[in-house]
Amino acid sequence: MTRGEVFQKLNVIFCNNFDDENIVLSDKTSSADIEDWDSLEQINLVVAIQDEFNVKFNIDEVNAMKNVGEMVDFILEKIGA
Amino acid sequence: MEELEYPFDAGWILSNRRKIRKRLLAEGSSFVEKRIAILGGSTTSNIVQVLDLFLLNQGIKALFYESEYGRYYEDAVFKNKQLAEFKPDIVYLYTTNRNVTAYPMLSDTEEEVNHLINSQMQKFKAIWEHISQEYGCPIIQNNFELPFYRLLGNRDAFDIHGTVNFLSRLNTEFYQYAQEHKDFFLCDINYISADYGLKEWSDPFYWHMYKYALNVNAIPTLALNVSNIIKSIFGKNKKGLVLDLDNTLWGGVIGDDGVDHIKLGPETSAGQVYLEFQQYIKAQEQLGIVLNINSKNDKKNALAGLEHPDSVLSAKDFIEIKANWETKDKNFNEIANALNLLPESLVFIDDNPAESLIVTGQISGVSAPNIGESHQYIQNIDRNGYFETTYLSDDDKKRNMMYQQNAKRIQLQESYSDYGEYLDSLEMKAAIKPFEPLYIERIAQLTNKSNQFNLTTKRYTKGEIEEISGDDKYITLYGKLKDKFGDNGVVAICIGRKDGTVCHIDLWLMSCRVLKRDMEFAMMDVLADKCKKDGLTEIKGYYYPTEKNSMVKDFYSTMGFEKETESEEGSLWRLPLNGTYHRKNRHIQVEVKR
Repeated sequence: MTRGEVFQKLNVIFCNNFDDENIVLSDKTSSADIEDWDSLEQINLVVAIQDEFNVKFNIDEVNAMKNVGEMVDFILEKIGA
Repeated sequence: MEELEYPFDAGWILSNRRKIRKRLLAEGSSFVEKRIAILGGSTTSNIVQVLDLFLLNQGIKALFYESEYGRYYEDAVFKNKQLAEFKPDIVYLYTTNRNVTAYPMLSDTEEEVNHLINSQMQKFKAIWEHISQEYGCPIIQNNFELPFYRLLGNRDAFDIHGTVNFLSRLNTEFYQYAQEHKDFFLCDINYISADYGLKEWSDPFYWHMYKYALNVNAIPTLALNVSNIIKSIFGKNKKGLVLDLDNTLWGGVIGDDGVDHIKLGPETSAGQVYLEFQQYIKAQEQLGIVLNINSKNDKKNALAGLEHPDSVLSAKDFIEIKANWETKDKNFNEIANALNLLPESLVFIDDNPAESLIVTGQISGVSAPNIGESHQYIQNIDRNGYFETTYLSDDDKKRNMMYQQNAKRIQLQESYSDYGEYLDSLEMKAAIKPFEPLYIERIAQLTNKSNQFNLTTKRYTKGEIEEISGDDKYITLYGKLKDKFGDNGVVAICIGRKDGTVCHIDLWLMSCRVLKRDMEFAMMDVLADKCKKDGLTEIKGYYYPTEKNSMVKDFYSTMGFEKETESEEGSLWRLPLNGTYHRKNRHIQVEVKR
């Protein structure tokens, strides 16, 4: 899977989760950019990502994901692409 | 909504919960509003959000109060103005084994362990007693799930120092409390976590990461379970099953294979599966679940199958048997009509998802779970909790019998050409009296679940009914009806509010199980008598249309009222009492309060 494909799938997850079709993710998108994205929403994103890409993150990894770019990096690393 | 029926895709529900909520609100109608306080010992935010969906799916629009993180004890036992103002209809205590504050040490004596049990119990009992005194509402309390590791290995189960043993003992104490307290219900997370898989359920990742005491993916499972308890408390259980025959109650197609070749009975593995499924269905009768058949078959083949020597179910277990070549949705509607039940109170069970889709597509609100393979039928139906038993009332247990009595009444009716003569032949006797403590619960239940013969569709809690029945500004009446075939119990309710010399009918409802028996006439006679006795000169009746109560839009006209105004919101009717009141009931012998 390419970085672009991961990005696309991630964008769908975000749109679903926040029920907002206007979200366009970039590497720099973080919780500061999406109003509803708080620590309680973080878990929903993590669960959805784990489900979609069939991966499991550990606690250090989740804590290290500060923006979407880092999320994508972790996903790519996990799926070995 | 099919996506919220078990077996469901938890991940899909979690990531689409906002969309699902919008859809449920758009598709649903006539929700009852309930105020639900969730007092948690760990993070509950997702639990609230997902529970909201499952409740909407059950016809309940919830307003939530959510305690601050982990503040379940403080919120419950200390003066809590916010919660008092919220006026909860239900308090759900979401606690888990993470909230047990002290476990036994290996060095503890038996006495010390007993002391630990007592101190944990005292804390919980203080919570329950305080809530019940302060808010007077039902309580739902989690029991404890088993621990995710065992210090003593297998010995943990029986050694008094073992965590498994300790939690099991606490659970037993909870069960005893539940047995002794009527409005106290346990949410059995011990069972559902085992069912889900304890290792997955209690994955510590979610605890350390977000202070969730369960796997977030398990939240839909928990939420369905809790929503079932809540809808059952508010009288929104399903009432019956509508079952297919071929490949549902037995294996094979009886019309093709012949009765001798269907798979049913202890001889073969395939036959055993259906035998066990029939036993499961038969057991529902004890709960008063009404059983019916909806099958594409010649009737004689259907009956032959039910006479199979190994069939646990026989024709007399069913109220309505539709075995014909009509479409299943048509049959389904006819069954509901014959039972005077709303279609949505019946569950459709068919092995063929296409048939289920026809029924759910044509009739809104009907549940038709995907029952899977024959060996999965029981678990897939059972997990949906359609008949969750919170209160096991005598009424529920007798419901099946009542429908059988109704079938006899219909037979009798067919033998009379004059309807009045038929009514007389029933030898009906009614008791119509002011609310009594004995019936408060049934009355509250009826106000919450009657939709069709209900003029104002006003819902009342048990507390409100108690209050009204003690207030002399109100005229309250309940009606019980029995006849030569059996006792229907409390079936009609009227609440009149006195204002000067006028009686406003705030609530007028009747159970559909006694439609066309003139019970409403008997009720009106007693109400008019009572009003006159209290010096009132006029009765005002209100009809507020909903999607379900069109059958009573002309009710007040039938009762001899004059229409005063009518708008989209409803109509207002008046009946002056200064002239002669024409008595309406001719067929029921009525006992009133002297």
